Amino acid sequence: MKPPQFQYCAPGVLDEALGLLDQCGTDAKILAGGQSLIPLLNVRLVAPLYLVDINRVAALDYIDARENHLAVGAIVRQRSVEQSPVVRQRHPLLIEAITYIGHMQIRNRGTLAGSIVHADPAAELPALLCCLDGEIVARSSTGERIIKAEQFFTDYLTTTLDAREIVTEIRLPWLPPQAGWACIEFTRRAGDYALAGAIAVVVPTPAGTCQSARISYFGIAATPVRGYEIEQMLIGTTLDDAILQAAAHAAESLVQDDLSDIHATSTYRRALTAEATRRVLRTAWQRCQNRS
Amino acid sequence: MATRWFGAPVQRNEDPRLLRGQGLYVDDIDLPGMLHAAVLRSPYAHAKIVRIDTQAASNLPGVHLVLTATDLGEVLEPSPLLIPHPALTHPRTQLPLALHEVRYVGEAVAFVVADSRYLAEDALELIDVAYEPLPVVHSLATASAPDAPLVHEDVQGNVAAHLLQSVGNPDEVLANAPHVIRETLQMERGAAMPMECRGIVARWDHYEQMLTCWISTQAPIPIRNGLAAIFHLPEHKVRVIAPDVGGGFGAKIMLFYPEEILTPFATMRLGRPVKWIEDRRENFISTNQERGQLHEVEYAFDDQGVLLAVRDVFLHDTGAYTPYGIIVPIITSCSLPGPYRLKHYASDCQALYTNKVPVSPYRGAGRPHAVFVMERIMDRIALELQMDRLEVRARNFIRPDEFPWDVGLVYQDGGPTRYDSGNYQAALDKLKLALDYDTFATRQAEARVQGRYLGLGIGYYVEGTSIGPYEGAHVRVEPDGRVFVATGVTSQGQSHQTVFAQIVADQLGIEPQAVLVATGDTQAFNWGVGTFASRAATVAGSAVHLAAVKVRKKIQALAAELFEASAEDIELAEGKVFVKGAPQRALTLGQLAIKANPLRYTYGESARTLAAMNLAAARPGPALPPERDAPGLEADGFYSPPHGSFASGVHGAIIEVDPATGMVSFIKYVAVHDCGHLINPLVVEGQVHGGVAQGIGGAFFERLVYDDTAQLLSSTFMDYLIPTAAEIPDITVEHIETPSPLNPLGMKGVGEAGVIPVAALFASALDDALSPWHIRIREMPLHPCRLHELLQEARCHKAVLPLATEKPGAPTENCH
Repeated sequence: MKPPQFQYCAPGVLDEALGLLDQCGTDAKILAGGQSLIPLLNVRLVAPLYLVDINRVAALDYIDARENHLAVGAIVRQRSVEQSPVVRQRHPLLIEAITYIGHMQIRNRGTLAGSIVHADPAAELPALLCCLDGEIVARSSTGERIIKAEQFFTDYLTTTLDAREIVTEIRLPWLPPQAGWACIEFTRRAGDYALAGAIAVVVPTPAGTCQSARISYFGIAATPVRGYEIEQMLIGTTLDDAILQAAAHAAESLVQDDLSDIHATSTYRRALTAEATRRVLRTAWQRCQNRS
Repeated sequence: MATRWFGAPVQRNEDPRLLRGQGLYVDDIDLPGMLHAAVLRSPYAHAKIVRIDTQAASNLPGVHLVLTATDLGEVLEPSPLLIPHPALTHPRTQLPLALHEVRYVGEAVAFVVADSRYLAEDALELIDVAYEPLPVVHSLATASAPDAPLVHEDVQGNVAAHLLQSVGNPDEVLANAPHVIRETLQMERGAAMPMECRGIVARWDHYEQMLTCWISTQAPIPIRNGLAAIFHLPEHKVRVIAPDVGGGFGAKIMLFYPEEILTPFATMRLGRPVKWIEDRRENFISTNQERGQLHEVEYAFDDQGVLLAVRDVFLHDTGAYTPYGIIVPIITSCSLPGPYRLKHYASDCQALYTNKVPVSPYRGAGRPHAVFVMERIMDRIALELQMDRLEVRARNFIRPDEFPWDVGLVYQDGGPTRYDSGNYQAALDKLKLALDYDTFATRQAEARVQGRYLGLGIGYYVEGTSIGPYEGAHVRVEPDGRVFVATGVTSQGQSHQTVFAQIVADQLGIEPQAVLVATGDTQAFNWGVGTFASRAATVAGSAVHLAAVKVRKKIQALAAELFEASAEDIELAEGKVFVKGAPQRALTLGQLAIKANPLRYTYGESARTLAAMNLAAARPGPALPPERDAPGLEADGFYSPPHGSFASGVHGAIIEVDPATGMVSFIKYVAVHDCGHLINPLVVEGQVHGGVAQGIGGAFFERLVYDDTAQLLSSTFMDYLIPTAAEIPDITVEHIETPSPLNPLGMKGVGEAGVIPVAALFASALDDALSPWHIRIREMPLHPCRLHELLQEARCHKAVLPLATEKPGAPTENCH
């Protein structure tokens, strides 16, 4: 479990990193927290010729509470996000999702952006980004573009990011003050990737019915999955048991048919997804009720 | 009055060093000029080796040696069969490197030594092996099929061994009994997964003509003996050291693993130290595994719940080779009767070859399987007769006045399976109290009203421990007053440096902290077997005791002479030796050690004090008179038990099952354990805690999943799920102390105990929690997905078995 030879580069400024990517293209991999890349290197599943370590690019180390969203720089550790007072105060759903990630030791190194770029469909953060319609800011030597979460994840561990681009920032929209929210997942052990999980945000009307809803899933397909049909189904209801049951039933069809592994068959995943739907919506709805 | 350390909860002598990160494991050893090795392993479960081309690897700069089977000369011999048995008619052991055929994924094919492990692994990728795949035996079902492919072409039916044992007349009883049930019970593979994988550093010293090996092993002395034979060296020119070992759990009792021969071979060839460290990926496919068995059991009982007879026909998956003989299935066969008065019993086991990693003992070593079978039987009798599960067990217990109890079978050590002592009802009574058993049914019913499914499970076991042949120890008082103990057994975390120190401390009137215990170094002690089978503390501990008693007598004799008193009046306390009633005129143990060596010159503070003490002058004549045949205060002790002693215990747990997800959580866990006299309750509780954690892992988390080409699918810790602290409940441990009459201190072993009943207990608890669906657990390990599947089957009324009991309406659920 030792990696093959590679050239290690540790630029101190972003432009230098981008220049390296221009030269190396697909032969290079970017190292941030290394929580996925380093194991893959060690078991020789990836063998890049160049490793571009962006941890010294201090300009990418920020958490910024902007008007419409929370902006997190590319090398910010998950643990720093978790401990950030502004995040704790203003984005409790992010806190709830992030504490499900691995163990504290993993979050001490792993970055928020790294988890999203790695695009593991069973991970929490890609699903959170989809749920909130968040954005990914990517830079290359030719400029900057902003990618919507919906357009970012294309397949298992695959995104629309170009080999010459570096993600510099993740943007997570704020939740409306009256919203209820929840993240729930089923795992074999504390800290494991989810067998199935769901994230939901519901916004009530003053009259106590559902004005709008967002729900996304992880661990059930090759990418995070947004439950648009379920969101529509909830509007105008009070999320009673019958609606939750209908939502759970609808969620089952979102599970990819051939997604069977040694821990879960797709049949079992459907059952978990249905249960996650019931529980995540119930919790989210209770939380907004409690606020009003 | 001297303090009694035996039995006291003494803090571990090991901890200050280990907790400060001052442990020394094999990979910490970094010798000047050391090279690093890596092993090329077979990617096929079964294939012919057509050709191996190592040219490109040899040419890689930094590579010093590339070995294949044909380079090994006379060392290319199958590994020794460690434990032959008449029933093992077709033993097969492995070559250090495969020659013509590979028989499991992970079998060693080539060995590379390079400047670094990185380079060595680069070189592995350059070795070109042409394989011709052969048909694969991936399971017991395949192995036993009539037209099965053969793992070894000269072993028909893949049958390595056929072991038959029986007592009484089971056929007749089964034919005439009022109730007879037959069912199939299965346990799949698991693995030891010590935190430290295997590893070895080998050094050839040209000047001393000596081979030194640091190996993460449970058996340095047998390895030393073997290496001396393989490399034609005198035994004293081979030194094997097991330094700190980060867990073994049986997997490291095995010898020889190929690397244990190849690494010394390479160092002798190259004249430079060589290190090989097994990484986790290798550990999954090259360190021995265990547990796979399939039982067809038939059992008879009467209307009172008394078990009358058992016939157990089982298949044992031994993997591709049988280096450790058939110890595991023998133990299964002998452990099945457990604490019960089983008078008619037949056991028929076939050990079958499969194209998987070889099988040798892993903590529990065949016992969890046996207990799973027997405790499933007890629960089933209770269910069929609508009796209390604990009451059924009580009716079948061997009573305290029936010991010694002969089970009537030949145990793994070749001796009788004879229970030396026990008190099974007492432990069960303790468990009932600790679990608040009598109120559980009410609590369960209340929870069900709220849609919560609680289940209570129990598992009873008897464990053969403390087997021979022997262990030894050396005890010596140093001139600085500390006591040095050396023994041939190793420690992989068993607390030998504490418990042996306690035993010595009691004899010599010192504190355990003043005792230095050396384990696992063949140069520190020459004789011994190893740490396995829950035997080290008891067998080596008895030897330590016997040696310490001899040293005490030497101390008393010498002190009697110096103080001009009688030996019976000499007392040892607080590190001092004095005449009873006159502690003010005392010698320290260190001063006495100086006096025990009649030198012309002495050194240091103690020597000056001695000179001023006006002690009796040396007698005329020889400095070492016949009654003191040697200088110093030291002695050897050896202990060889007549046969194993049998510990026992019962565990109980309350779990909660979420029927929607198949997820399970533990609410309470109680272990009542009887290992005779406790040396140190803290250590015993630690052993039980660790065992329970490993048992829970083996019952609900850890699964070695092979596909039909015998590729391991769960080959990382992302997929092979070792439970963490978050998954393990608080464990209450209670003790019963029924002393063993077989050894001087009345001890029994405890190393494996914790793991043994957990699978049985878990099945019992699941049956109970899911009783509304009439689920009967017949397989281990389980996982939530499988549990959900079983629930779905039950919901669809494809009921798994026609239980004799009346079925109340199962909860109605949608059937998808």
